[in-house]
Amino acid sequence: MSKNKTTFSGISPSEFFYRNRDLAGYNNPAKALYTATRELVENSLDACESANILPNISVRMTPISRHFQEPEPRTYLLKVGDNGPGIEPKYAPNAFGRVFYGSKYKLKQARGMFGMGGTMAVLYSQITTSKPVVICTSIDGNKFYKFTLRIDIQKNEPVVVDEEIIDGKGSTGTTVELLLTGDSFRASTKVHDYFLETGLVTPYAEITFIDAQGKMFYYPRSTKVLPKPPKETQPHPHGFDFEGMRRLIQETQDKTLHKLLMNNFHRVGPTTSANFFKFAKLEHDQIPTNLSYENIVTMVDAMHRYESFLPPDAHCLSPLGRDIMSAGIMNELFPEFSTITVRPPSAYSGFPFIVEVGLAYGGKVAHNGIKLYRFANRIPLLYDEGSDISWQVVKDLVVDKRRAYKIPDNAPLAIITHVCSTKIPFKTAGKEFLADRPELERELKNAVREVLRQLRLYLSRKTSQEAVKHRQNIYSKYLPLIAEFSHSLSGKNKPPNYYPMLKNQLNIEEKEN
Amino acid sequence: MPSNKSKSKNKSKSQRQHRIDLEEKKLKIKSQLKKLGEQIYEDLDKQQFPTINFPSRSVRNIVYDEKTKQYILGSNTVSRNASNMKHIRPFTQMTWLAFFATKLMTQKKSSTLRDVFYSSQAYAVDYENQSESDSIITDLESLISTAREQLHIYPEERSAIFGDLDIEYTVPGYEGNRLNLSSHPDGYLIGPSLSSADFIGTSAEMVIAIEKGGLFNRFVEEKVHKKYKSIIIDTAGQAPRATRYMLKRLHNELNLPVYIMTDGDVYGEHIAMVIVSGSAGAAHLRELTVPSAKWLGIWASDIDKYKLPTIPMTDIDIKRISELKRDPRYKKGIWNKELDVFMNIKKKCELEAFSKYGLTTIVDKYLPEKLEQAKSM
Repeated sequence: MSKNKTTFSGISPSEFFYRNRDLAGYNNPAKALYTATRELVENSLDACESANILPNISVRMTPISRHFQEPEPRTYLLKVGDNGPGIEPKYAPNAFGRVFYGSKYKLKQARGMFGMGGTMAVLYSQITTSKPVVICTSIDGNKFYKFTLRIDIQKNEPVVVDEEIIDGKGSTGTTVELLLTGDSFRASTKVHDYFLETGLVTPYAEITFIDAQGKMFYYPRSTKVLPKPPKETQPHPHGFDFEGMRRLIQETQDKTLHKLLMNNFHRVGPTTSANFFKFAKLEHDQIPTNLSYENIVTMVDAMHRYESFLPPDAHCLSPLGRDIMSAGIMNELFPEFSTITVRPPSAYSGFPFIVEVGLAYGGKVAHNGIKLYRFANRIPLLYDEGSDISWQVVKDLVVDKRRAYKIPDNAPLAIITHVCSTKIPFKTAGKEFLADRPELERELKNAVREVLRQLRLYLSRKTSQEAVKHRQNIYSKYLPLIAEFSHSLSGKNKPPNYYPMLKNQLNIEEKEN
Repeated sequence: MPSNKSKSKNKSKSQRQHRIDLEEKKLKIKSQLKKLGEQIYEDLDKQQFPTINFPSRSVRNIVYDEKTKQYILGSNTVSRNASNMKHIRPFTQMTWLAFFATKLMTQKKSSTLRDVFYSSQAYAVDYENQSESDSIITDLESLISTAREQLHIYPEERSAIFGDLDIEYTVPGYEGNRLNLSSHPDGYLIGPSLSSADFIGTSAEMVIAIEKGGLFNRFVEEKVHKKYKSIIIDTAGQAPRATRYMLKRLHNELNLPVYIMTDGDVYGEHIAMVIVSGSAGAAHLRELTVPSAKWLGIWASDIDKYKLPTIPMTDIDIKRISELKRDPRYKKGIWNKELDVFMNIKKKCELEAFSKYGLTTIVDKYLPEKLEQAKSM
C-alpha cells in the first residue's frame, strides 16, 4: 500500500462524503444501519479471502437505550469481527480513518471499490453520535492492538484518541466496534436478506448474526473450497482517465513515455507501445514529466481510441465457479433442479469481467414466479432491482419469453447473477445496481439463455421420463389382466406366454430414453 | 265376455321350438365370447398385441335403413389395439366384460348395469364411473350384435305387464314353476326372470302398451284385458329394452298384434315410434322392434275431434317437432301427418284428459273407436 496526499480542489474526500452521504448509501437511519453492517462484513470477507482463510464472521447489533422502549431511530452498537489476517498496526488507523486509502493504480477484484466502505461507516458513526470507534486487530494472534480513533474530516486524517496493546492468545483478525444512529425495525428485512443472499455466494463463510432483539442467526459453512484469491493487475489503457494519467506522470520514475506505458499498463509490450505512439503521433522517448497538459489529453484520448491493445486478461478475476455457486444454491434454496453457467471472460472499457449465472427450479424455491438474486463481486445487491441491467435481461428472457423455454406458469424459479470485475459498472457509489453497458448486457443475456436452455432440457426430460414411467405402469397393469381374462375365456390349460412381450416393451422404453 | 278359452296349458310345438332357439342363441353368444378370448389368447401367446374390431356407434355411422325402416350402424368400425396407450384400458375392460358375461350366463345369474360397475372392482379392472362401464357394455353389444339382456345384464328401470298369459320360469330355483299374469292386479315387473320365461298359453288376442302407470291401473280396473282380450303393458315412459324385447316376443311367439297408447304430444308419438322401429342409441341391435305395432293415439287430430282439454306447447316441444320432422322415419303416413297437426295447433294433451268426460270414457269410447280405426291402417 502506498500513500495518497492528493485532494479534490480544496475539499477533502472525507468532507465530500460528509456532505454527500446519500451517495454512499446513508440516506436514512434504516438504510444507514444496513449499509454500515454490510460494509464492515464485506471488508471482513475481503480480508479473509485475500489471505486464503475460511471466513468466520460475527456480527452483533445492540441497542444502547437511554430509557426503556426508546422509539426508532436510536443508537446502536455495531460490532463486526473476523478471523482474517489482521491489519499491520501502523496502517490500521489510516485503513479506517481516511477516505480513499488504498492502492492507487493497481486494480483488483474486491467488494469495496473505492477503499472507503469501512471509513464511511466510521464517518457516519462520528456524524451521528460524535463517539470514537474502536478497532482491535492482530496479525499473529498474540498481540492485539486496540485503537480508539476519530476522523479529522477537514484534513481527511485519522486522530488516534487512545492506543492499547493487549497480550493474549487467540486468532488473527480484526474487530470493529462503532456507535451509530439506526432504525433496526425498518432495516431488519434488508439485513436478513443480506445475510441470506451472502450465504448464496459465500457458502465457504460461517456467519453468526445477533440482531437488535438478541436473536441469533447462524449461517453455517457448506463448503471448504475458497475461490482462488483475485490478483492485482495493472490498468488497461482503454479504461484509464486523464486524472489518473496526470498523477501517474507526476509520480513516475520512468524516463521515457515508452517505458511508462510498458511498466504501468496491462499487457503492453515494446511492439504494442511503439505502434501506439506512432498512432498517437507522440514521441515515445519523451521524458514523461515534460509532457504538456495538451499532450496528456492527446495521449489519453489516443489510448481510448487505439484498437490494437491486447484485450484485458481475466487471470486477475476470481469468479465463484460452479462448485461454490452450486453449494450456495443447494444450501440456501434447496431446489429440485439447479444449473450454473460461467461465461468466458469479456471486457468493457478495458476492464475485464466475468458473468456467472445460476438457476434454481422447484423444490423449496418458494417464490411463485421469478426471484432474481443479484451479486457483483460477491456483494448482494438489494436495492433498485428494476433499474438493474440483470433485471432487464431476466424480464426480457424469463418473464416475456417463458413460452419459448417451456417454463410453466408460476414455476418456482430463482435466477442468480454474479458479475465479477476489476471495476463493477455501478451506477451509484451506494453499490445498488449495474449500469446497462452493452458488453455486460450481452454476456448476461447469453448466460441467462444458457441456464434457461438447461432448464428446458431438464423439464422435457422429466416429462418424457414421467411418460415412459406411465407407459410402463399401464402395460404392467393391464397386460396381465388381459392375459388372465382371455385365458379364462378361451378355456386353455395354461396362461398365454406374454411375459417376453411385456419385458421387451419395458426394455425398449428404457432404451429410447 | 265370451269364454272361448282356446289356450293350451301345455307347451305348444312352437314354444318348444322357441325354447330350443333360445338355447341355441345362448350357445352362439357364449361361443362368440369364447372366440374373442381365444383370439386375444393366441395373439398374446405369439407376443403380438391383440386387436378388437367392432362397428362404430358414432353419430356419423348411424344410418337409416329403408328396408327395415329403422336406424342401423354403417360400415365404419372401431379398432381397439392393446399396444395403444389410450386403448389398452378399454381393451382390458372389454375383455373383462366378455369374461364376466360368460360367467353370468354359465351360472344363470343376472346383474344390473350398476352391479357390473361394482363387480369390475373385484378384478382390479377400474372404471372411472358407471357411464364408462355402461359404454363398454354397449361396445360389447355391438361387437357380438347382442343385447345386454342376453348377457344377463339388465338396467334398473322396470315396467309392468298384466293379462291372461301363462308363463313357465327358466331361472334357477324356479324352473318349471308356472304363473298366470292376471293373478295380481298391480301387474308383474318385466325383469330378468319374466324376460327369460317360456310362454305357455294365452287367451289374449292383442297387446296394448300404455305410456303411464296410472292409466295401466285404470285399464286393469276396467278389465280391458277381458273386454278386449288383451295383455296390458305399462311402458313407464320410453319403453325400456326389456319391455321392447317382451313386446317383440309376444308378437313373434304368440302372433299378437301390438297397439300403443301415449299422451298426445311429440314425446308420446316418439315412444310409439321407438317400439315400432327402435332407437338410434340401439342402432347396433336388431331384436327390439315390432315393425307392425300400431300407434292408437292420442293423435294430434284427436285433440280437436274429442274436444280434449289441452296444454300449450313450450319452445322445447316445438323444437322437438322440428327435429323429428328431419328424421327419415317420420317422412310418411300418420307419423308425418300428426307431426304437422301438432305443429299447427301448438297444443298437447295427456291421456288423463279423457277424465273430463268420465273415468271410463277412454276405455268405453276412445279405445274401441281407435282399435277399429287401426284395422284400416
